[in-house]
This record gives sequence, structure tokens and C-alpha cells, in this order.
Amino acid sequence: MKTSSAPESPYTTYMTSEIGPLPYCPGCGHHVVVKALDKALVMRQLDPKKVVIVTDIGCIGLADRYFITNAFHGLHGRAITYACGLKLARPELTVIALQGDGGCGIGGTHLLNVARRNIGITLIVANNFNYGMTGGQHSVTTPTEGLTATTPWGNVEQPMDLCGTAIAAGAAWVYRTTMFDKELPATMAQAIDQPGFAMIDVWELCTAYYSPRNKLDKAAIDNLLKKYELKVGLLADKPRAEYSDRYRKAYEAGARSASGRSPIDVQYDNAVDRQTGIVIAGSAGQKIRSTATLFAQAAMSSGLDATQKDDYPITVMTGHSLSEVIVSNERIDYTAIDAPDYFVVISQDGLKRARARIEQLPETCTLYAEESLGLPDTKARVVRLPWAATARKISRLSIAVIALAAMLRDSELFPVEAFATAISKAQKPAIAETNLKAVEAGAALAKK
Amino acid sequence: MGREFLEGNEAIARGAMKARCDFFAGYPITPASSILHYMLDLVPQVGGVAIQAEDEIASMGFCIGAAMAGRKAMTATSGPGISLYSENVGLAQMGETPLVIVNIQRQGPATGSATKGAEGDIQFTRWGTSGGLPVIALSPATVGEAYELTYRAFNLAEQFRAPVFLLASKEIGVTRESVDLDAIKLPPLVERRRAAPNGEYLPHGFDKLREVPPMSDFGGPHIARYTTSTHDKAAYLTTNPAVIQEMIDHYTAKIDQAADDITLVKEDFQEGADILIISYGIISRSAAVAVRQARARGKRVSSLVLQTLYPVPEKAILSAINGFRKVIVPEMNMGQYRLEIERLAPKEAEVIGVNKMNTALVSPSEIERAGGLL
Repeated sequence: MKTSSAPESPYTTYMTSEIGPLPYCPGCGHHVVVKALDKALVMRQLDPKKVVIVTDIGCIGLADRYFITNAFHGLHGRAITYACGLKLARPELTVIALQGDGGCGIGGTHLLNVARRNIGITLIVANNFNYGMTGGQHSVTTPTEGLTATTPWGNVEQPMDLCGTAIAAGAAWVYRTTMFDKELPATMAQAIDQPGFAMIDVWELCTAYYSPRNKLDKAAIDNLLKKYELKVGLLADKPRAEYSDRYRKAYEAGARSASGRSPIDVQYDNAVDRQTGIVIAGSAGQKIRSTATLFAQAAMSSGLDATQKDDYPITVMTGHSLSEVIVSNERIDYTAIDAPDYFVVISQDGLKRARARIEQLPETCTLYAEESLGLPDTKARVVRLPWAATARKISRLSIAVIALAAMLRDSELFPVEAFATAISKAQKPAIAETNLKAVEAGAALAKK
Repeated sequence: MGREFLEGNEAIARGAMKARCDFFAGYPITPASSILHYMLDLVPQVGGVAIQAEDEIASMGFCIGAAMAGRKAMTATSGPGISLYSENVGLAQMGETPLVIVNIQRQGPATGSATKGAEGDIQFTRWGTSGGLPVIALSPATVGEAYELTYRAFNLAEQFRAPVFLLASKEIGVTRESVDLDAIKLPPLVERRRAAPNGEYLPHGFDKLREVPPMSDFGGPHIARYTTSTHDKAAYLTTNPAVIQEMIDHYTAKIDQAADDITLVKEDFQEGADILIISYGIISRSAAVAVRQARARGKRVSSLVLQTLYPVPEKAILSAINGFRKVIVPEMNMGQYRLEIERLAPKEAEVIGVNKMNTALVSPSEIERAGGLL
């Protein structure tokens, strides 16, 4: 039992008569399901304040308010999602979701995922093979050849085995039965007892639409079970840890991430006299973005403000990678770089992406480029350096560090040492060691 | 703490944690995914739960359930995800659910350009669910404001028992900036007013229409009820037109009549200015440069930056706009908020949109050109 706060005088019912009788048609299976749930709650004597009945849209969705427990009535097919939210927020609650076959159709993914995750809610499906509330249309469980408002010549779709689907998705506890099952209250109580996800699929009559149209009665339901070779009773009973337990345990056993905070003190001077835009264009895998971040952090340690915007295709491991860094002694408002002061082209991918911009560069710009690249005509001052050859000697992952160290040494925006300090501070020692060599080699290439 | 080099998405996560967020559900989507990553790391550290849901609909469902059980909940997505949030946004309004919804806008419509910026979800935020009831939406312009306004969004969600949108964009969410978050002044933290533990609990109890009903959490001292359907103060279904109208008037009044309390704007007015620029979000920074450059050339120009987009800060706009014959409204969309300015502008004023939706920022010079400031 999930909650054990039995009251002094036991509850004889969990339903209220204050808002009148149940609103269901004569003979509708929902009467049976709702009353069975009431009896199950009486069997377990749960504190009504610790029980939430969650419903959504469809005739069964009218049921929650007839209970003296907490009641949550949400959007069509989404009862499972609210139930999971309530349960994740307060694992001590007993959360029972009532859904129709319609809800299981539109919210099919929630059924799969609650089963897979094993969040400890109970799902009761009032399965009457059609949409009773909207005029008797066919649902995901309507039998083949079944007559409904939307299958006037007989249903041509295969019905979905809700239990089989939930089991395939990993449901821990699954039970199929019919509204004629005298043990339904006890079975519901058993479902409520389960620490993980438990589901009962109750096959029912819809006396307004499906039953009269298809002459569906107790015997016909039995025939349907036979036709589709479906068993009733307990179909899955494989208890495993409930989601919230596993979540907490996994978190507690997991490695703590560092605080992630890396404040940057000002240690260096800078020679930046205006807002300065630097574009770095290379390939995915060349560490363009992370190196641009280190460069910007170095600028910050030199007393500058900085921004960084990146441009890359949605598949991150291929094609171009481009970073735009702005440094300034003043607040940076406009984060785009319309007229770059420095343009650093490291690879063919970067050149391809940046070609149109390079053709437009002003003469005030310095273009630094890997020496093997064939550059378009440009007014910019061009500095070609052997970065690729240098990287081959150190690490191909360090090419962006080499390039920016060279650019920094040549431009003298702020000290190369600031870049080295940023690398030492942010990177793991082994990687930092390689990259510090790269800084030295890059700066040496540009030595005046 | 000192300056850090942070992207807006991390600042949003930090702002949420500062506001004591203890529940997060989201679904991966560029350019909002890193908020999910940060929250999966940060939320369990305070005993909360952060979960990747199966889709955006479940993200909202989880958050609404958790918020009604007493958690401070947030979700984050981009335009396509907001489309899927739509129906549950209405539910959160109907059930008076405190909830923060972050939209890191990207170029749309549809899948659009996943890694490219735009601010095209402005009117969609205002009218994005059926029924047309008012919403609260804040729009940050910087990484620092992303932090501050996320924190404030939680305060507003709790204060007004309503979903609150943080309308950021790719240009803020995944742009890094040097910023000292600890230097940002924040108002005191607001927690939801809870119903007294003894006595009857009405889930939507109010005397005056604009009054925000005290809450009782699911699992708390009262029996709680919640419903998507038209209901009365007790959350029981009703067909009584007088009661239905009263509830609608209540949802409307609690936000619209509080517009002045929700208003956050930044004014940069110049004596004798004959041009006013009204902007918000990332483009307000282009506007700031345009103003500086124009003034340096001897032009006289004023600027009003809106951090609150909804409810429309009408009083602030009317007071700023009074007397201007030329109002410039630059936006990274085809002119959505201009509609609000046009309806408030004096008849004789010319309202000029500067609109671009090609994934590039509206530049300062484009604003200056449109305003005759060059």
C-alpha cells in the first residue's frame, strides 16, 4: 500500500452524492469501472487528500469529480502526462489516471513512455471501442469490421492491443479484463498497490453507440477476445524500481559536475581602441567555437567586454564552423559584425562559407589565412601563415589555437599570455599542455 | 562572483535556480536544448526533478501537474515546440497554473532555420491558444536580462497564478557575453499565496475580479480540484452564463488590470527629440547603437525599450509616444509588435516598421536609414 494513514472511522465510500448521480447512459460500462474504483479505494482506505484521480476528455473523463479525493481533469489524451507530473512532484501521492480508448489513441506516446519509464501511477482504461462523447466514431481499439459513425461499411483498420503495446514498451504490471469481471475492485486495489506503473484495460459496453450498432454484449466481447487471441487476467508482472527512486539513486551515485562557474579576473592590459570584430572560419572538428570562447575569455582577462556568436550547420560534425567574437572596452550592443576588423580563415570549409564576406572586406581589415588556401580578391591586408603544417607537428585539434595565437601576436590586441592563461584555466592539464605549445608555435609564426 | 562568459541559455537556467525552480521538463530543440542540459544538471541538486519528456505536449503536461503539486516549474523550447504547447497553455490559464515557459525563438515558420535567429513568435505568444485571454510575456535583450527576467518571470507566475512566457531568441540564448550575474539587482522572491490550512478551499476563490486566488497544492492540506472545462470557483463544471462570464472576467482582469505592475521598460529620452524608436529583445541593442550614432551626428532621438511585451505596457508607451510625429519600430519579424504601437500612436504620428526576417539582425544603420537619421 502506498499510503497507510487509515482514518479513525473507515471510509465506506470515496464518492460524493453532492453533485448528483453519475452522468452515464443506462447500461454503460463506465458505471461499473467508476464504482469498482470506489470499492478499490475503500479496500485500501487511503487518505483522500493523498489520492489524485486524473482524467481527460471522453465520457470516462467526467468521473473524477464524483470522488472525494483530489481531482484533475485535463486535455484529451494527456491524463498520463499530468499524472506523471503530479507523481514526480510528490512521489508519496497515489495517482490514478482514468482514460478511454480514444485517449490511449491520441496520447499513445504517453502510454508507451510511462510504461517504459515505470512512473508509479495506475492507469485504468475504460475501453468501449469507440468515441462515445463525440458521436460514436471509431477509435484505435475498434474491432475490424466494427460499425461506427466513421466506419459505416465496417472498420478496415486493425484494432490496437493496448495491453500488448504497453507490455512491449516495458510495462511492469498489466491486466486485461471486462466490465463483467466480479473481481474488478480487488484487481484495481492490486494495481494501486504496485510501486511502479500498473495498467488495467477494461473492455466495456457503450450502450449509446457501439453496442447497439454491433450487437456487442458479454458473449460478443468474449468472442472478440477469442478472435484476436487475447488473454484476460494478469498479463505482465515484472516489478522493477519505480522512476523517482531510480532517478534519485542515479543522481546520488552520479559524478557531481563542477560548479560550472568560472569568473574571470582582469590580469592584463589591452590595446583595443574601439569595438573590434573578429571572424574565425574553419571546419567542424577544428575546435573553432571552443577556441573562440577561450580567446574571448582571454580578452575579458585583459579588461575587455566580449561577445561570441557561432554559425554552424545543424549536423555539427560536418561542414563549416564559424565564430564571431567582438571585444571592446565599452558595452557591446550590436553583436553582428558587418565590417570585420580581423578575419581568420583556417580551412576550405571556412573559406567556402565566408567567401562572399571576404570579397567585401574593407581595407581596414586584416585577413589571416592558412597559407595553402586559394583566397578570392580582397581589399583586406592579407597575412598567410603555415598553420596546418604547424598543427601537424603539435596536434590537428590545435589548429585554431595556433591561428588565434598568431593573429593575437600580430594584432597585439591583448597579450598572448592572456590566451595562454585562459587555456590553462579552462582546459584539462593534458589538453592544456598541448595547446600551450600551440600558442607558442602560433605566436612564433607571427613574430615581427 | 565576478564576470563570466555565458550564453543566455545558461543565464536562464541560473535565473530559474535563483528563483528556486525545482521542476523542469523539456524536449530537445535547437536553439533551446542547452537549457534542458543545464536544468538536468542543476535541478536535482536542490532536490527537484528535471526530465526529458517524450514530446512537447508531455513537457507541458508534466510541468502543469508538478506546478499544481507545489513545484516551481519551467519548460523551454523554440517556435515548433510552442506550437505543440498551445493547447496546454490554455489549460494553464484555465487552471490558473504558475508556470514559466521559455521560448528561444528561431527563424520560422515551421522548422525554418534551426540554428538561426528571429523574433517571429510575438503575436503567436499573445494569441497562441484558443479563447484569446491575456498572457504575460517578458523579452530580454542581453544575457544579463535573460537571467533577471527569468527570475522575474517566476515571480510573476507565482504572483498571478498564470503561465508566463520568457520570449528570448537564438541571438540571446546561444550568444555568449561577458556578464556578472551577481551584480544584477533582483527584487525579493515571490511565492504563491497559499490557502489557510484550515477551512474550506475554493480552487478559484476570489472576491474582486482581479484578485489572484490563493492556492492549495495537490497533496496538501485540502482536497484540490483542477479542470480544463468551463467551471466555477470550486472547479466544478458549470453551464451558468453568469458564472462563466465572471470567471472569464477574472482571468482577464487579474492580468490586464495589473499591467502597470507587470510593466518593465527602459527609457532613454532626449530633450527636443522628434523621433522615437520603440524596440524590444535583441533588436533593442541595434536601436541603442542607432541612437548613439544619430546623436553623435547631432540628431535628436529618443528610445523606449520594452522588457514587458504582454500585457502591453500601454501607459508607458502612451506617455513616451505623446507628441512624436515619427515612431520607428524595428523588429526581427514582419511587423508584429508594430500593430500594438499603431493602435496606441496619436493619429498624426507616422509609425515606421524596420522589418527583416532573413536570420540576420536588423542593423543600426538600417534603423537610422528608415528613420531619416543618417
